[in-house]
Amino acid sequence: MSNADQGGTAALELEGLEKSFGPTRIIRGVDLTIVRGERHAVIGPNGAGKSTLFHLISGHYRPTSGRIRLDGRDITGLSPEQINRRGLARSFQITNIFPQLSVWENVRCATLWAMGYRYNFWRDIDGLDDVRLRTEEILGQINLIERWDMPAGMLAYAEQRALEIGLALASDADILLLDEPMAGMSHAESQHMVELIRKVSENRTLLMIEHDMGVVFNLADRISVLVYGEIIASDTPERIKANADVQRAYLGTEVA
Amino acid sequence: MSDTSDTVVRPAGFPSGAAPGPLRRYGPWIVLALLLLVLPRVFSSGLSISTMCVMGTMIIFALSYNMLLGQSGLLSFGHAVFFGLGGFLTAQMMNMMAGGEGPLPLMVYPLVGGLAGLVFGVIFGAVATRRAGTAFAMITLGIGELVTSSALILRGFFGGETGITVDRTEIHQVFGLSFGPQVQVYYLIAGWCLVSVIAMYAITRTPFGRICNAVRDNPQRVNFVGYNTTVVRFIAFSLAGLFAGIAGGLASINFEIMNSAQMGAAESGSVILMAYIGGVGNFAGPIIGAIVVTYLHLMLSDLSDVWELYFGLLFISMVMYAPNGIAGVIMMQRPLIRRGQLLRVAPYYVLALIPGLVALAGLSMIIEMTHQLSISASEGLGMTMMGIAFNADALLPWLTAVVLLGGGGWLGVRAARLAREAYGAAMVRGRVQ
Repeated sequence: MSNADQGGTAALELEGLEKSFGPTRIIRGVDLTIVRGERHAVIGPNGAGKSTLFHLISGHYRPTSGRIRLDGRDITGLSPEQINRRGLARSFQITNIFPQLSVWENVRCATLWAMGYRYNFWRDIDGLDDVRLRTEEILGQINLIERWDMPAGMLAYAEQRALEIGLALASDADILLLDEPMAGMSHAESQHMVELIRKVSENRTLLMIEHDMGVVFNLADRISVLVYGEIIASDTPERIKANADVQRAYLGTEVA
Repeated sequence: MSDTSDTVVRPAGFPSGAAPGPLRRYGPWIVLALLLLVLPRVFSSGLSISTMCVMGTMIIFALSYNMLLGQSGLLSFGHAVFFGLGGFLTAQMMNMMAGGEGPLPLMVYPLVGGLAGLVFGVIFGAVATRRAGTAFAMITLGIGELVTSSALILRGFFGGETGITVDRTEIHQVFGLSFGPQVQVYYLIAGWCLVSVIAMYAITRTPFGRICNAVRDNPQRVNFVGYNTTVVRFIAFSLAGLFAGIAGGLASINFEIMNSAQMGAAESGSVILMAYIGGVGNFAGPIIGAIVVTYLHLMLSDLSDVWELYFGLLFISMVMYAPNGIAGVIMMQRPLIRRGQLLRVAPYYVLALIPGLVALAGLSMIIEMTHQLSISASEGLGMTMMGIAFNADALLPWLTAVVLLGGGGWLGVRAARLAREAYGAAMVRGRVQ
């Protein structure tokens, strides 16, 4: 898949999206379509509004104006849990896990809603085989089986980042939003993470924010460039590299 | 995508889905049931049995509180409301059915309390759980004040300052149980205590119970895995109300009187004390706390007029030096036992405990002498402590007290440091072996 215009159904559509905090316009009219099955990266300088954009899509913030559609259904103004139940999961830029719970409990808690157990307070959780197998599968994907009984807060940083992805995977969402999954990682750790993301985004739609250009150009089918709350370009990695506006606004001469 | 999990060898203890054996699953409960059964034979005095009745009631109350504080991270300052309303509703029901007219035996009356606790938990929870953190704590404080002040206005139902009395022997009797003898009440409370403890433990091991822990750890993240944290808090609050109501119902059967003070701020504070001193991070913590605090309460209020002051000191020192409570201190010894090092560290604990007790004796002398000089001065200055008679305004007792407190404190701090070092060394040694 190379270009959204060449077909495929829209997994996520942003239309005239705006977000202001007081008089400050952080997101200034974003139109963006993420096609089902693509890996899409959002890049942009610090303060461009990338994380704010994720907070809008995932329901953490309400947009000031504009619409957000998930699989063609309007989700504007829904709460985070309602959006998650419709098949969108996210990770966070700053590690956001359950620090006192074990790795196993972290992942297991994240599977429960999607497995249909909701607020059930009468069934023994250890007796739920489907939950156990799903939890084990996720732990296998993020390579944390060995660490299953460790309190999540005591994991090494890179392992916490992997767990963060695991929590997003566990809710069985079709669309994954990953906010700077490589932040703060060594080169070797980043390599592992790229492989992990490649693996888990198969058969899913991926939207990620990332600063590491090597990772972005390696992983993404398409890239959108966000500068001061506006998308100035949205295209394949090759064309983004060659785009003069992008180079001027953001990439400088490093990539060219 | 499941291929990865097959290639990885499962580490020891990894959840396999095999059901635990019946001994492992039911063993602890059978032991607890047997223990509750034989306790009144071991501690058979009237005082012991009535003390154990209070303990059983408080165990349910403290555990119900920990569904909020320890399990879900909700600090409530108004939990006694549900205890009190449960108790009052039970008492009113008993008075309505008195004379053996109602068909229900006394054993099921705590359910009336539980139902009342649940209903009011739903009502007040719908308001309080819309907020978390400090706002939640303030709302519960407000609810507590609201209900206690309403109770003084609605005299017909709550009986004003004197409260309402009941006679448990007037209720329809079955199996020849009159519930006149206290030991029969003990078994009634023990039965409900066992059922409630098992139920509350089981709830911690359900999907909802685990999500409560997740909400305690990081509520924002829970939203992003599909849960509405307000609903989670609401269910926890309502269930905590249910069990607090059962405890209140048992209290009204036990004491045969309910008073609006029993749902006031002091009672709400006392359940925080029990949960915290026992340890909120462990299921058994509040059980230990309820037993210890109830015992200390009875013992200290006998020994000293200012026993509440000692409670305050105990609470502050627990919060400062053992924030995980008594259960936390016990859990800290588990790795030592596993490493076979406990006996090598235990002497250091004793070494630290002795000067600690000496310092405590000095402190309590100062407290009691001050009390004698100020509040009880009209009764004269002569007093007795540990069998020694002296005058509260004499120099020697004051010097003794200061020396005991200063010397014991100084030695205690040094010994505590040694004990900490011994603990650390034992952990390292255990790892090497």
